[in-house]
Amino acid sequence: MMKLAKSIGIIGTGSYLPEKVLTNFDLEKMVDTSNEWIIKRTGISERRILDEKLPTYSMGIEAAKRALENAELQAEDVDLIVYASVTDDFYTPSNACIIQGAIGACKAIAFDVNAACTGFIYALVVAQQFLLGGNYKNALVIGCEALSKITDWKDRNTCVLFGDGAGAAVLGEVDEGYGMLNSFLGSDGSSAMVLNAPNLYVSEEEREKRKNGKLDSLWMDGAEVFKFAVKTMSSATVKVLEELNMTVDDIQHIFPHQANTRIIDGAIKKLGITDDKLYYIIQKYGNISSASIPVALDEANKEGRLKKGDNMVLVGFGGGLTWGSIVLKWV
Amino acid sequence: MVFEKVKKLVVEQLGVEEDDISMESSFIDDLGADSLDIVELIMALEEEFSLEIPDTEAEKITTVGDAVEYITKNS
Repeated sequence: MMKLAKSIGIIGTGSYLPEKVLTNFDLEKMVDTSNEWIIKRTGISERRILDEKLPTYSMGIEAAKRALENAELQAEDVDLIVYASVTDDFYTPSNACIIQGAIGACKAIAFDVNAACTGFIYALVVAQQFLLGGNYKNALVIGCEALSKITDWKDRNTCVLFGDGAGAAVLGEVDEGYGMLNSFLGSDGSSAMVLNAPNLYVSEEEREKRKNGKLDSLWMDGAEVFKFAVKTMSSATVKVLEELNMTVDDIQHIFPHQANTRIIDGAIKKLGITDDKLYYIIQKYGNISSASIPVALDEANKEGRLKKGDNMVLVGFGGGLTWGSIVLKWV
Repeated sequence: MVFEKVKKLVVEQLGVEEDDISMESSFIDDLGADSLDIVELIMALEEEFSLEIPDTEAEKITTVGDAVEYITKNS
């Protein structure tokens, strides 16, 4: 592992969740399912849904403003905006640019990254590289998703899983030895189609999977994705820690992507981590893709659970396939 | 003995009684497993017996006896 030229860490967090709550009981009226079945299989009780007349980026704007306020910075102090999502509102412009304009971050450069549920991890690492380069000082990293827009609400296998929300973090230089201590990213395009939502091109194969429903909806091979998720969540966590000569006993928190409690519980059991190091949000928000890690981080932060010097692992896995992990020492 | 070890894992993973498990028990039809339960069970078997079960083989494992037979042959 190379020694970093300077230490880059999270100096502020923010999040925004839409007001509208969709409970399992509401879903019972929409598809053939039940509250007990959903809780047992996924751990999800309810999720938030964005008003269908509103753009996805509207949530990102709020989360970004709150993160800047928490970091005690002005929009003009932002040099870089990296926005992670699979539910962009336009082909162009990027939601990153729209948010830049909306908050008045006039000095920043802004662009999107697409790494699905690993998006926030990828975006943090991308922003860190820019900041290490020296030409950029403060970065705003946003994970923002309106998965309700690409969910087939007639498909009981998937519609119970997803929700909407946004989370953001401000990255800046921190005292030596704090912030992002190590990171690891992975991609495997040979399994690209096991989790997909088509856009301009819908192959015959993908059309067939959705023949009675929405052509651009999310589809996944649940069993494949589950296995991949449990394995990578544990291997990616071990890898970033090992390179620092650390073990799971050295961390006070773990913030995994929250897709299904059975994935999280399976992986933490494998890792030998007790669940008091976890901050669950999935029961109330469902799977919110790239927003899940920053939302959990923000809520834990605002509740005062994160103390200076606490070590934590952020770990994500998702479509692509992609995965990644970061060891962070809180400032 | 492989059967005893598999039985113990099935009890743990599926939350069923030991007495209800025989070599003929089907995970889905007799023991109430869903598709994710099976994935979890296969992963637990891989760990317990230190082997890698390819997906094409895993699909053929539908009963306790199938699992015992696969493990006996491959470990």
